[in-house]
Order: sequence, then structure tokens, then C-alpha cells
Amino acid sequence: MAERKGMEVSIAIAEAASACDVDCIAAYPITPQTHVVEHLSEIVADGDLDAEFIPVESEHAAMSCCCGCAAAGARTFTATASQGLALMHEILFIAANLRLPMVMVVANRSLSGPISIWNDHSDVMTERDVGWIQVFAENGQEAVDLVIMGHRMSEDKRILLPLMVNFDGFILSHMVEPIEMPTREEVKRFLPDYEPQQRLDIDNPITMGPVGMPVVYTEAKMAAEWAVRDAYKPMVEIMGEFEKEFGRKYKPVETYRTDDSEILFVVMGGISETAMTWVDKVRDAGVKVGLVRFRMWRPLPVEDFKKAIAGVKVLGVLDRHFSPGGPGGPMAQEIKYMLYGQDHAPKIVETVVGLGGRDVNFIDFDQIFDRCKAVLGGAPVPPFELIQVRGGHYGKA
Amino acid sequence: MEKLNVFASRLLPTEDFVCSGHRACQGCAEVLAMRMVHKELGRNTIAASATGCMEIITSPYPETAWRIPWIHVAFENPASVASGIEAGYKALMRKGRYPRRKINFVGYGGDGATADIGLQFVSGAMERGHDMIYVCYDNEAYMNTGIQRSSATPFGASTTTSPAGKVSIGQQTWKKNVPEIMAAHNIPYVATVSPSYPFDLNRKVRKAADVEGPAYLHVYSACPTGWRMRPELAVQIGRLAVETGVFPLYEVENGKYTITQPISEFRTLRDYLKLQGRFRHLTDDVIDDIEARLRAEYRLLEAKVRMTHEEEV
Repeated sequence: MAERKGMEVSIAIAEAASACDVDCIAAYPITPQTHVVEHLSEIVADGDLDAEFIPVESEHAAMSCCCGCAAAGARTFTATASQGLALMHEILFIAANLRLPMVMVVANRSLSGPISIWNDHSDVMTERDVGWIQVFAENGQEAVDLVIMGHRMSEDKRILLPLMVNFDGFILSHMVEPIEMPTREEVKRFLPDYEPQQRLDIDNPITMGPVGMPVVYTEAKMAAEWAVRDAYKPMVEIMGEFEKEFGRKYKPVETYRTDDSEILFVVMGGISETAMTWVDKVRDAGVKVGLVRFRMWRPLPVEDFKKAIAGVKVLGVLDRHFSPGGPGGPMAQEIKYMLYGQDHAPKIVETVVGLGGRDVNFIDFDQIFDRCKAVLGGAPVPPFELIQVRGGHYGKA
Repeated sequence: MEKLNVFASRLLPTEDFVCSGHRACQGCAEVLAMRMVHKELGRNTIAASATGCMEIITSPYPETAWRIPWIHVAFENPASVASGIEAGYKALMRKGRYPRRKINFVGYGGDGATADIGLQFVSGAMERGHDMIYVCYDNEAYMNTGIQRSSATPFGASTTTSPAGKVSIGQQTWKKNVPEIMAAHNIPYVATVSPSYPFDLNRKVRKAADVEGPAYLHVYSACPTGWRMRPELAVQIGRLAVETGVFPLYEVENGKYTITQPISEFRTLRDYLKLQGRFRHLTDDVIDDIEARLRAEYRLLEAKVRMTHEEEV
């Protein structure tokens, strides 16, 4: 097993893509993703990775170019964030529906209005419907492992979908963390050369991306639904094989100290590390609280989640994005979808925190926990709330 | 020469890669040009299409008119897609995972996909130096959506978003010169071609395919439906476009300009305009202005020919 080395997470992600022996990288610079592609271009420039580095003129072109690379049968990698992901929006659907394997890391950053380079989940949460596999990393090691597993999943003949690895901008992308970096040889045992199911091949010409008339469009969409939903099983299987090869265990939904808890917090991404520390502190004081984290987001791991929260009375959901004038945060919405109409379903305290890089600390967790305790004690479930807003979401702090 | 061409046509490849049975309008010179382009490029070609007429008429699932590998991703990006395919195969051939062979990588789109929404993408792909060909099939408006004006619509043409009216003569801007923009990228090969001059077209397509690096072809593509003219005039109008100086046929090889169909005596522009309903509202003084501008543009082109061949004189 490789030794652990201190490494910036973005650099580690680039090293992981290199260890996967990717054939093509098409990317456009955007903060806070830049270190990933800068380092990849260095690796290519030094001859340590035999790949085409295509410095395209926009993210839209990056995703379009990636579609071409993948359609040629090349292992394809890209990275973006925020406005860049939004600019790719149009092509994300098409990459998924053309069933083009590729891995994209997204250094999650807020969307403009006002412009902000800092972290939240508004970029990825507005892309939930694109038909990609979407996973979230909690720390640098996980981001590295998900890039490696990501290529294997994306290229698996039972999946054949593009895959998005989300990791929090700055608070993860620019951190130096201890990383166990597998060698290219080790990765190759787990991830053999990519043999495409179909490609644009002059010896066997196919037409890709034809017009879907009303007589076939619905069926094409049904196929997209099956593709993502059916990816669950092989993904879990691949996580198991990864554990065998590298010794690190991955699950679609992660739990922390959930035993005998009446209240659970539900989070995604890097905030989970702070939340675990807070859980430890509160538990040490004798309060039974635990944590649930989505690692897999598309396909939505419904059964894993239900199992993780079984018997719990109140869920405190910490979203990092919301829909103005709509039903609150995306994670809370989807949890309601999973639990609606079920006997003994927990009550849900919906909160939105950490927008545009605002720190989420113990005081915020304490506040949310107070609301959860009140609901546990019989108080009515409050409407969704931006916890950290100055002056209070509803006009009172 | 005209007579010899009749015989020379037998020397053209007989195999087609854009096949009959597609759904183009009667008299569509765009699909005619596309068929000619792919006849010359042959079997070892991969094409990336923009959304547009040439996409919808050739690929209504489960039918396809394509006998070569073909992909359509979106409207503005065939240049990026084609550049990705080229990069993908380049990497795979270098890494020994695909046999080394000559493949023509082609991205194509209409004038809207090239001059307007896709200009950045075409510029990016050309600038990066991919070994690919970009083909613009220019029918001078957004025909697929119903004849709306583009930046490649000629001055004075009436379209559904630049209609001629009581206080408007139709399109009020001059046609964007995309071949010149591409020439300014200093790519090895840029040419204008027309299906009304098939041998000139074949020769230029061959050059574009043989050159190392990016090549750009700008194809005059008469659209009887959008230009409001009789479909049987589609080939004739292409010849008139050259003979009146509307669409000069030239090429730029490594910066050197050559007019491939030189015009010693222009036909009057009225011969060209009068066949098309889109120009029927134009008054004599406007036509004179357009003609004067076309002559000036042609003189400029001739000057570029002289300038870029100076050292040979």
C-alpha cells in the first residue's frame, strides 16, 4: 500500500486522473478548479502522461470536445466549477443521452448573482436532471478514489454514462491533506484499458445523435431513466472491488454515530468533516445525535438512505442551495420524496447554510440542533430557513 | 473547357456517403454540396454536424442518410466535437490502441452555426491547430427555423426577421466575411467553393483533406425555399453568384491568395437578384450601391492576390 503524503487536493485529483492513464483532457480555467487542470497540463508537458491536453476556449467547448473524445473511444477527463458548469448545461444532457463515458470533477462553487468564487452547491444542484452519475467527496482521499472508481463506473458496460465527482471549492480543493496515491500499475489492475462498446469507427459507421421524433423521444427518455437507475448495482459492486484492491470501503450513503440517535443531521460533501467533529463534541456531552451523508446522489440511493435513518424522529437537513420562491433546498426536497407517506417517517427541519463561502461552524450546528430538539419535543415543524442570514430569514434573528 | 468537364465528370468517384432518401427540399443546393464534399473525402471520414437542415434531413431516427460515422451533439459546437474526435484518435493511435491510418475529421454547420452562434467554437478549433476540416454550408439565413436573418445574410435580403417593409429594405447590414476571419487565423488552407463548380469544389476539398492542420471551406449553398426562387435554378444561381461577383471563388494557401475562377467581365448584378424573391423589393439605387460594394470587395481580393504573390513576380 502506498504511503500517505501531504498534497493539495486539486493536485491529488490531477495525479489520480494521470494514474488512470486518461487519453484526453479538454478543460477551460475557472476558479477554484484551476489547480486540477494546471497540474494535469504539467504532467502531460513533462511526458509523464501520454494524453491530448486540449486547452479549449470555453466550458461549453470543453464539454463538446469531451463528447468528441469519448465518441472516438478515448478515456476522457475534464474539470470545472460554477459558471463553467452552468455554461456546459446544454451539453451535459446530450453527453448522458449519447451514453458517452467520461469523468468530470466539479470544484463546487456558488453561481453568480452576485458573483462569488466561494463554495456552495448551487452549481451542481441546478444540474440534477442532466442524467449523469453524480457523487460527492468528503475529503481529498475520497475525491482521489472517486476519480479512479469514476472511470471504472463510467466505462462499465452496464452503466456507460458520464460521471461527475463533486468536491467543495477552496475548502477542499485548496487544502493540503494526507493522501494515499495509488500508482498507475495499481490503478491499471483495477481499471483496464478502455474498450468502448461503440465508437465513431470508419470500419463500422454509426449515426450518433439523430433526430428523436415524437414517436421515439419518450422511449429515449425512458432509456435514460433506466440507465441511471440501473447504474446503482454495478456501482456498489465496483465500490466493493475497489475496497478489495485498495482497502478503503465506500458506500452510497455514509453514516456516523447513528446508533440510538433520535436526531440525525443530513449533509453532503466536505461539511461532513466539521459535522462529525461537532457530533463527537455533543455526544461527549451525552446527547444522542448522529450524521448521515449522501456520497451517491444520482442515482438517488433511496433504500440506503431509508435504512440509514430508520427509527429516527427528526432529521436536520443542511442544504447548500435553494430554489427562490420554491420548495427550499434540494436535498430536503428529495428526502421528502423518499419519505412521503411512510409510517413513522421522521420530521424534517430544513435549513440552508454555507452559501457563497460562508463558514459553517459549531454555532450554526447548535442553532439547527436547537430547532430539531424543539420539533422532537412537539413544536411545529418550521418552514425552511436560511440559518446564517443577518437579521434572520423571517425577520427575526 | 465547359465541354471537357462533361467527360471529366466520369472521373469523379461514383460512391456516395450522403445518400438519397433524405428529406431535403426540392432544389436544395446545400445537400448537393455536402454530397459532393463527402464524395471527394471518401469512406475514411468522420463527420460532426451542427443542428440545422443538414442534420434533420439526414438523421430522423431510425433512418440515416450517412454511410460514414456521423455525430450530432448541438447547434453551436460541431467544430469542438470534431476537434475532440481528432484529439481522441490522435491519442489512441499514438498510444497504440488504434491502428495508425489517415482519417478525415470534419465538422460542419450552416451560416448561423458558423458565423453567429458557433463563431467562437470554429475560431477555437482552427486556432488550436487540429488536423481537421471545418465546412460552412452558407445559405445566408436560418433556414431550418424558417428563414430568419443571420450575420451572413446579404445586404438588402428580406427574411422573416429582416423583412422588407415600408421603412426598411430588409437586411440592413453587410454580410460577415467568415472566410477572411478564418484566413486571419493563419491556418494552412481556406477556400470558398460552390456546388455549381464541381471540379473546383473537388480540387479544394482534396487540398483541405491533404493539408496538415486545420482547413476551412466556405460553401455557397443556394436555398430555393429561403431565397424564394424556382428549385431548378439552384445550380444556375450559383454560377450567376460567381459571374456577378457576389461569391468569388478563391483559396488562401498558407496565406497566399488565388482566385480560382477569375472574372474578367462581370455580369450585371440584376441578373442574379431578379431570380430571387428575397431581393424583389430592391430599388435601382440600392442595387447600384450593392454592386459598387461588390466591385470594391473584388478589387480588394485581387490586391490580396497580388500582395501575397509579390515575391514571385
